[in-house]
Amino acid sequence: MRIEGKGLIDRDSRVGFRFDGRDYMGFKGDTLASALLANGVRLVGRSFKYHRPRGILTAGSEEPNALVEILEDGQQTPNTRATVQEIFDGLQAKSQNRWPSVRFDALAINDLAAPFLSAGFYYKTFMWPRAFWEKLYEPAIRRAAGLGSLSGRHDEAVYEKAFAFCDLLVIGSGPAGLMAALTAGRAGADVILADEDARMGGRLLAETGTVGGQHGPDWVEEVLGELRAMPNVRLMTRTTVTGVHDDGTYAALERVGLHVAPRPNLPRECFWRIVARQAVLASGALERPIAFPSNDRPGIMMAGAVRAYLNRWGVAPGKRVTLFANTDAARATARDLMAAGVKVAAIIDPRPDASTVEDCPVYAGAQVIDTAGRLGLSRITIAHRGSEFRIETDCLAMSGGWNPTVHLTCHKGGRPVWNEALAAFVPAPGAVAGLIPAGSANGAMSTAACLREGRDAALSALAALDRSAPDVPLPEAEDDTYGIAPLWHVPGKGGMWKRQWLDFANDVTVKDVKLAAQENYASVEHMKRYTTQGMAPDQGKNSNVAALAVLADATGRGIPETGTTTFRPPFAPVSVAAMGAGGRGKGFAPQRFLTSHEASLERGAPMIEAGMWYRPSYFPRPGEATWREACDREVAMVRHAVGICDVSTLGKIDIQGRDAARFLDFVYTNTFSTLPVGRVRYGLMLREDGHVMDDGTTARLGETHFLMTTTTAAAGQVMRHLDFVRQAYCAGWDVHCLSVTENWAQFAVAGPKARALLNSVLDAPVDPEAFPFMACGPVRVHGVDARLFRISFSGEEGYEIAVPARYGEALFRDLLARAETMGGGPYGMEALNVLRLEKGFITHAEIHGRVTAFDIGMERMISPKKDCIGKAAAQRPGLMGPEREQLVGLKPTLPDQMLTAGAHLFTPGEEVCRASDQGYVTSVGPSATLGHWIGLAFLKNGRARNGEMVRVVDHLRKIDILAEVCDPVFHDPEGRKLRA
Amino acid sequence: MPSLIAKTPLEGTWPVTHGGLTLAEVELTRVTSVSAPKVGRDLAAGLKALGVSFPKPNQFTGFDAVRMVWTSMDQAFMIGGDPSGLSGAVMTDQSDGWACLRLEGAGADQALMRLVPLDLRRDAFPPGAAARAPLNHMQMILMRLEPDCFELLVFRSMARTAWHEIEEAMKSLAARAGLV
Repeated sequence: MRIEGKGLIDRDSRVGFRFDGRDYMGFKGDTLASALLANGVRLVGRSFKYHRPRGILTAGSEEPNALVEILEDGQQTPNTRATVQEIFDGLQAKSQNRWPSVRFDALAINDLAAPFLSAGFYYKTFMWPRAFWEKLYEPAIRRAAGLGSLSGRHDEAVYEKAFAFCDLLVIGSGPAGLMAALTAGRAGADVILADEDARMGGRLLAETGTVGGQHGPDWVEEVLGELRAMPNVRLMTRTTVTGVHDDGTYAALERVGLHVAPRPNLPRECFWRIVARQAVLASGALERPIAFPSNDRPGIMMAGAVRAYLNRWGVAPGKRVTLFANTDAARATARDLMAAGVKVAAIIDPRPDASTVEDCPVYAGAQVIDTAGRLGLSRITIAHRGSEFRIETDCLAMSGGWNPTVHLTCHKGGRPVWNEALAAFVPAPGAVAGLIPAGSANGAMSTAACLREGRDAALSALAALDRSAPDVPLPEAEDDTYGIAPLWHVPGKGGMWKRQWLDFANDVTVKDVKLAAQENYASVEHMKRYTTQGMAPDQGKNSNVAALAVLADATGRGIPETGTTTFRPPFAPVSVAAMGAGGRGKGFAPQRFLTSHEASLERGAPMIEAGMWYRPSYFPRPGEATWREACDREVAMVRHAVGICDVSTLGKIDIQGRDAARFLDFVYTNTFSTLPVGRVRYGLMLREDGHVMDDGTTARLGETHFLMTTTTAAAGQVMRHLDFVRQAYCAGWDVHCLSVTENWAQFAVAGPKARALLNSVLDAPVDPEAFPFMACGPVRVHGVDARLFRISFSGEEGYEIAVPARYGEALFRDLLARAETMGGGPYGMEALNVLRLEKGFITHAEIHGRVTAFDIGMERMISPKKDCIGKAAAQRPGLMGPEREQLVGLKPTLPDQMLTAGAHLFTPGEEVCRASDQGYVTSVGPSATLGHWIGLAFLKNGRARNGEMVRVVDHLRKIDILAEVCDPVFHDPEGRKLRA
Repeated sequence: MPSLIAKTPLEGTWPVTHGGLTLAEVELTRVTSVSAPKVGRDLAAGLKALGVSFPKPNQFTGFDAVRMVWTSMDQAFMIGGDPSGLSGAVMTDQSDGWACLRLEGAGADQALMRLVPLDLRRDAFPPGAAARAPLNHMQMILMRLEPDCFELLVFRSMARTAWHEIEEAMKSLAARAGLV
């Protein structure tokens, strides 16, 4: 019911929205909760476990009941708090965890079964038979209990991540936060003021009191006006600070576009990382319910929320309201309602000595002991001075006092401390370095105290920032007493139908907590897990303190001794989509494209990703139905004519300096100082633990100038390694290392016609006598200065030609055209793999981090004449000898049998089990040259087992064949072709 | 004269504007890494002749014609100058390894702070400041030329990803305009 003349909503802007298939009207400024209440909708959802009818409890982000699904364009966002979601034209929402409807929910049958569903029921009930858990019990429980549901589609909406920096972060914009921001802003500090609400002002928007002689919201507007005019102040509304992390870093979630109809490019949410030198925690306090019998009916709300709906949104949540509260402060709810013309049927105050002077009936020393109304409150029963009587009411406002919102002070391990006078936990002093709690978050319970604490916190922060403090006078404000007498729960006659609810979100009752204590889950942490209290989306914001008070009572301890569970980030739910913004699909990692990329795509080459590079897998020709046909053709093409392959992805490291050769001798196992200028040498690099790190060739371009190539996969690792070795072990040496991978486009030209092709593009032809295998040198191609290396990864006469990357595409297209004229063409990764396998050349499939030089048969490459990184460690016992798995070749006994990488090797006749494992297959390929599959494998004492049969078992692909162990070099073992 | 056609890393990409921000490719003519543990007299004189000096960490010197930007320990990139007159340093050609993007307009720092975890407030990162920092998951050399103008170098192979990610940040920032 809307009250004329009340509220901060824009009554000129009407907003139409839909809830559970019905159309409603609200006003701009309404939340879904306030608009539903204004339309008389009290029932908005069903509870988690028992499917109890539930209504709106609070007016803030702590809401445990009013969780809804928001629908848009086939998507649905579950568990959205109706108290947070603002309405906009076209908003569609529906209630969740009910079937078929919220008014008639078939699963409410659970409520009748409540006697069997007490705390820990599934631990006790579903233990047997064991196999039933996964197949029957768990799915049934998940179906019956729960929250909202997802659409099942990918969330393709836009999300954003961002960073911000400031001198002072003020968390919360109530009286304390505004004073803190104003004080620091006037001092010239860079201030970020963040509030989770759409509108700044905190409780001042929900109360009728004055600040500095002005109506609260007017004072708020005045302060915000001044703050907006300051270039050093940034106001962030709809931004919830969710976590405190290291070194003054705060996580925050901003609802950017959730309050308007979706528009292109507008992020739904932004996940902020705010780095603040100082912070003020002015997050306020959360009102706590009282656990009286049947306290969960729609229409039973927090007293502060009732006040907020009345004063901020102009909504009376009921026509005959009753108030059940144990503080002086909560009386404002009754007074505000009466002043607005709403009937207040009674004030029930559990404090025997409470004042009874109000304009409505007041029952001091009374308690609510029962309620009625199936889908909404209709009546309450009161116990007062030994008698019981009933009052008709459709809205009961309750308050058990307030809990300071201490959550963020716990994120670095701080434990809140009990304050007897407030009957609440307050932040531990110095809980987070640089985070100063102020206002209600720090236990200040009057507006005047909040204003003062806010200003003082800012002054402390300014002192820490070495900034002089401005003179900011404190406005006058309400400074009433709080006057709390704790009441956690109202003992009832008990019985299943008069349960006293503590945790509305997870359906945890007083009885559950007592049962936990009785079953010796007496520690607050155990009680929490046994009952699931505090484990729902509200994370116990509404129930935490009352639950542990009940536990304290049940275990005969005080609340301070019982202690509290603490809070981890996030303070409020954060969508994973926001944290991972931009990372969906191809956003997961950068895409690295070769200069030849477009040309390869034009030829229909499918791409595979290698070290973020997109490399062509094969180049299909018309009529080729499978990769295999293309691969076989490309292999034959290289063996018989000429093939072109873009090999620019290999790491290239430019190494210069007087000590460059000495440096290479140190990082490589073999010697490079003896390498003549104009020659290339294969090198092997070990890690410090003696295992192989990488291999590749290094060319000597000049006396003090080398060019190292690394594998594609290890390019970054090797660069890092060289930097480390240079700085840590070779300080003072004259050696400079720098990656030039990206600077050069490099193409392999391989095959019997490779030289002929090259000579058609080079300004001066290559003479095989002057340019033998493993030669290198400068050349000119089409007038461009280039580098030529005579190296081969295919076993054919091979060259690699490198040009500055700007010419890469042009050269690639030119080489392809010429190669095709000569009966050749491009080859992709599949053919490259087969070609190298036929030659027994290794890749990181073999040097995967657990193998030594001995394992791959290269132990003689560790020079005895010099030291190198990993040399000593490589000689440790156990790293050499017959017990090692050694590199071998494999060929299947039948020609059409396929080998698979990852298969394990066993001795024929022995049991196939882990203990008898003899090794594993690392790489396989269909050898077009040999006409059967070939593979490389590591086999125990493999080199001595040449000619033996092994059983190759691939459990995943269900393959079990016999293969013959052979030398890893299948093709041209003498290397005559590559030296041609 | 080379008869091969040269292409810039983002050849075929035209400047884009979203909101008040414009993103464009800057063609790099010549980039040379200059490494020297100590800036000796020869090197200093050579740099001076080009109108620049060896930059301090996280800074660049020079501007349009020749620029020297700090890139790592004892190392700077010379952008635009001819290094043939320099001595006393180890030099490597980097002209083709990097793509250069310019982001200009009021709020350019805000767009970048979607992707760069650095404090780009004007006092913390003023014109003349440079940094090697991640651009989302990429390596970057970032320079602030003017309060509302940044240039950044990324690996040539990743130029399209960088372009895409910056443009997305520009678009989402522009989409916020007028939001109440």
